[in-house]
Amino acid sequence: MEGRLARLGLQAWSALVLLFLFFPILLILFYAFNSSNVESWPIAGISVKWFAVTWNDPEVRAALFLSLQAGLTATALALLLGSLAAFGVHRLAFFGRDFVSLLFVLPLALPGIITGMALNAFFNFNGLSLSIWTIVVGHTTFCIVVVYNNVLARLRRTQGSLVEAAMDLGANGWRAFRDVTLPLISTAVVAGAMLAFALSFDEVIVTTFTAGAQNTLPLWIFGAIRFGQRLPEVNVVVSFVILVTIVPVVIAARLTGGEGVARMQAGGRN
Amino acid sequence: MAANAVLRPRAPTGWARAQALVWRRPWLRASLLLTPPLAWFLVVYLASLALLLVTAFWRINSFTTAIERVWNLDNFQTLATDATYRTIIARTVGMAALVTITDALLAFPFAYYMARLASRRAQTLLFAAVLLPLWASYIARVYSWILILAHNGVLNWSLLAVHLPAANIGYTNVAMWLVFSYVWLPFMIIPTYAALERIPESLLEAAADLGARRLRSVSDVVVPLALPGLVAGSIFTFSLTLGDYITPILVGGAGSSFIGNVAYSNVGIANNVPFAAALATVPVAIMAVYLLGAKRLGAFEAL
Repeated sequence: MEGRLARLGLQAWSALVLLFLFFPILLILFYAFNSSNVESWPIAGISVKWFAVTWNDPEVRAALFLSLQAGLTATALALLLGSLAAFGVHRLAFFGRDFVSLLFVLPLALPGIITGMALNAFFNFNGLSLSIWTIVVGHTTFCIVVVYNNVLARLRRTQGSLVEAAMDLGANGWRAFRDVTLPLISTAVVAGAMLAFALSFDEVIVTTFTAGAQNTLPLWIFGAIRFGQRLPEVNVVVSFVILVTIVPVVIAARLTGGEGVARMQAGGRN
Repeated sequence: MAANAVLRPRAPTGWARAQALVWRRPWLRASLLLTPPLAWFLVVYLASLALLLVTAFWRINSFTTAIERVWNLDNFQTLATDATYRTIIARTVGMAALVTITDALLAFPFAYYMARLASRRAQTLLFAAVLLPLWASYIARVYSWILILAHNGVLNWSLLAVHLPAANIGYTNVAMWLVFSYVWLPFMIIPTYAALERIPESLLEAAADLGARRLRSVSDVVVPLALPGLVAGSIFTFSLTLGDYITPILVGGAGSSFIGNVAYSNVGIANNVPFAAALATVPVAIMAVYLLGAKRLGAFEAL
């Protein structure tokens, strides 16, 4: 029903919005190859020297290692707790289901600073010193919902009669779970784990309040930008973080046909 | 003997009996499964939130900065009476509103194109194109604007190329408005797109049959039906702006005290956690009111 002019206008507008969305991200990738240590446009020349410098920076390495450790541990915990919750909730026409879902999405729905400050107050109150474990606790708390949502959505779409059929054929509960349920939900579980890791690897707001003297990679970036130090290395690290967060998300999208990733935005987290 | 053993049913072991018991009683199964995750949330998260709320009613000793667990309303009184904090709250809410409006204006035509004009294939691609920046590192996307807006960045280079004066908007509230609008834009596009996609074509045909021109049917049919989606998106853009402290710290300059970074510096530098906690209740209270309004506009169905 749109006339040609309206159609053209909308097309142009959409192209501009896409440019707006992607230009800044692409620009960082360009700056990572800057041969100069001065951050100006146009970049002085193309070079990969900052990749080597960054890779050999012990601070960056330590931060990367901590991010990986915390991210993998939090993902494992979220996987366990999120799947348990999804299994617990799905078989019941359970009036508390909405309550459970709301509870789990709370750490993503409330502004991150509130979750961060609350956890910080909690650790201080209980005399727990901040360490990798407090980071893991924080990350697990907001990652559970991603696994929970993905697994629950898949469970709802699989037929309960399949499990019952397995049991009629003599499988016990565990066998039915291992041979029937698990293969059916495995891609949703993997997708949930991918998204949880991507969420954790990039998180900065809650982490600021739950990390002690150690830096995760996003915290290192935040500090470096804030004090304007080692910006050429920041360009490289930031490009790396973009890739590391996008790859698991693309995999997750493929595994769930896109819906798992899209639903995530309901619990928006920066 | 052997045949006999085959025919006789095996006596259930304790393990099998336990499995059967759990299978037959769904509530037992549910409570066994739900106990660990709910315990985690109760012990860690809800306890933390409750503690934060309680802390808001405590105070610090002004000499030692140690927290004194004495109930009082001093923090809230400061927030209500001190003009500085009223300005900060008003500035934050104003910024959140401005960002929300900007994103709605940017998102609506884009979502409209995506939902109603693009081919099926283009739709999938555009959807992915909106989701990718959402997942690409938040801090990276904030940082990219520091590069763009810097004195010798892309923006000024482009302006000079077309003989326009340089725009030095780095480290200002204008920069913050741009960055906020940029980082939260996907949150506005997705629910708006979802709402637009659900509008049946027949409604537009009916409007045309009744003599409505294109613009009229957009304003009288499409916009009202897309409104819940826009409001759903605004929940994110509004709430995320209210609580953010990274962007004010990194791209803000003078006069960029917002709720988020003031609370942040009260936790860190000033070491006044009770006051920071009281300040943090402000965005929560604002969002509670906002959500009530959004619910009335049907935004929750559009999420």
